[in-house]
Amino acid sequence: MKVIRMLGRSIRDAFKSAIRNFSLSLASISCITITLIIVAIAIIASLNVQNFTKEIEKDLTIVVFLENDSTSEDVARVRKEINDNKNVDTYTFQSKEEVKQKMQQESDVFNTVLDGWEGKDSPLKDTFQVKVKNVKQIAKTAKQIKNIEKVAVVRYGEGMVDKMISAFSSVEKGTYIVVIALIVVTVFLIINTIKLTISARRREIGIMRLVGASNFTIKTPFIIEGMILGVFGSIIPIVFTTYGYTAFYNHYHGHLFSELIKLIEPEPFIYNTSIAVLIIGIIVGMVGSAGAVRKYLKI
Amino acid sequence: MDLINLKNVEKKYKNGVTAIYDLNISLKKGSFTFVIGGSGSGKSTLIKMLYREEKPTKGQIIVGGLNVAKLRNKKVYKLRRKLGIVFQDYRLLPKLTVYENVAFAMEVIGADKDTTRQKVLKALEEVGLKNKVHNYPDQLSGGEQQRVAIARAIVNDPKLLLCDEPTGNLDPDMSMEVMKVLEDINKARGTTIIMATHDKDIVNKMKKQVLSLKEGRLVNFSKKGTYRNESN
Repeated sequence: MKVIRMLGRSIRDAFKSAIRNFSLSLASISCITITLIIVAIAIIASLNVQNFTKEIEKDLTIVVFLENDSTSEDVARVRKEINDNKNVDTYTFQSKEEVKQKMQQESDVFNTVLDGWEGKDSPLKDTFQVKVKNVKQIAKTAKQIKNIEKVAVVRYGEGMVDKMISAFSSVEKGTYIVVIALIVVTVFLIINTIKLTISARRREIGIMRLVGASNFTIKTPFIIEGMILGVFGSIIPIVFTTYGYTAFYNHYHGHLFSELIKLIEPEPFIYNTSIAVLIIGIIVGMVGSAGAVRKYLKI
Repeated sequence: MDLINLKNVEKKYKNGVTAIYDLNISLKKGSFTFVIGGSGSGKSTLIKMLYREEKPTKGQIIVGGLNVAKLRNKKVYKLRRKLGIVFQDYRLLPKLTVYENVAFAMEVIGADKDTTRQKVLKALEEVGLKNKVHNYPDQLSGGEQQRVAIARAIVNDPKLLLCDEPTGNLDPDMSMEVMKVLEDINKARGTTIIMATHDKDIVNKMKKQVLSLKEGRLVNFSKKGTYRNESN
């Protein structure tokens, strides 16, 4: 009963204070709004980068060509070794004949040229197509496979893939740093704005302390006030995320620049992002006001 | 039984000024004590240490069984609920009515509405302001405002009432009004009262025990004392 009563009082006081100090509240809210918009953009960007990095990674394949004179025992042995490699996810095998048939189906020129070659004469090679679990270790895995006896050549689009992976991961890291820096700055801004509203109520806090209010009782209304500011501050960013991203997605028909870069579908992506933005807003408001009120609770 | 016990208390402020030197006092439950002395004698520091606004640098302070000197910041509210405090400048909230100002002290410690109402009205009756419950502080005289502050201090039924120059801003008539209220509270409720003052007339008229401080040292502790020149 007592707890509910105290909580009710805190919520009432928080709303009162937010309304009474309207201009200061507005300042805090705008400051949260601006940050959250940028945070939302950063989240959307970083998740999209993550998404299409994954998409591209899914398409990455190591192609393993065996020596021309490999016997069926050699093929079986290589198959076993590939199978045993820890980073190998799936693999498929195509024998010379299968490759030949495939190529013959693809073009008439190949069809006639290849027709004359049979068995050992054929320039075509037995191939494995290997998908790896961890793309970051693709170079290492390729090297391991290359070292297997009777493996002639290994290809995985070396230079390009390495560069792309490192570029994406630095973009991702960059957005994380931006998001964290922005959140820290906003927390400080909110600490300062709420400090102003608190200093207007310093007298009241002093009296509360004198008559025996616990620190918890004094703090709670301010923390709730911070949460309210956080909720109001996240309204515009959420609307922005929801409509803005959907419009953006539709405008580019789900692809950015090329077919290669696929955007994440708006649903349920925008809802999750909105919830994340709301939670960040609430936490930022709470932490800010808790930081601001601390100074007034020392004797 | 002693409600307050000070042993070898010393207070040195961070700026190097020592306000209290080796103070030993014990005060009985239900007593009424004046703390007198000129400016810089340490009487405000003594009061502040009793409600743990300041911590002693050395020694032990026991108030109502609580070791005040060792009380942690988070637990200070436990002490504050056992005592009432009245200041020279009343410290009322200007936007609240008389009733709300007194009820404020009950609300923030989580009392329910019925208890609050009952106790607030009782306290206001004791200080003779039952007919002014809906007024705001700026509609009252200084003496009345101070009585509201006293009502707020006693609404929670504390064992101890600390008063730091409660008549400092009041003319002699209003001061006597306030003193009468304090004496009634002391008698009717048995509340222990400690009052810091430099008002000679009041001390001489009331004939209570007097604790004189001079430059941070106890110079005299007498029952039914008067304001002597030596403590000036």
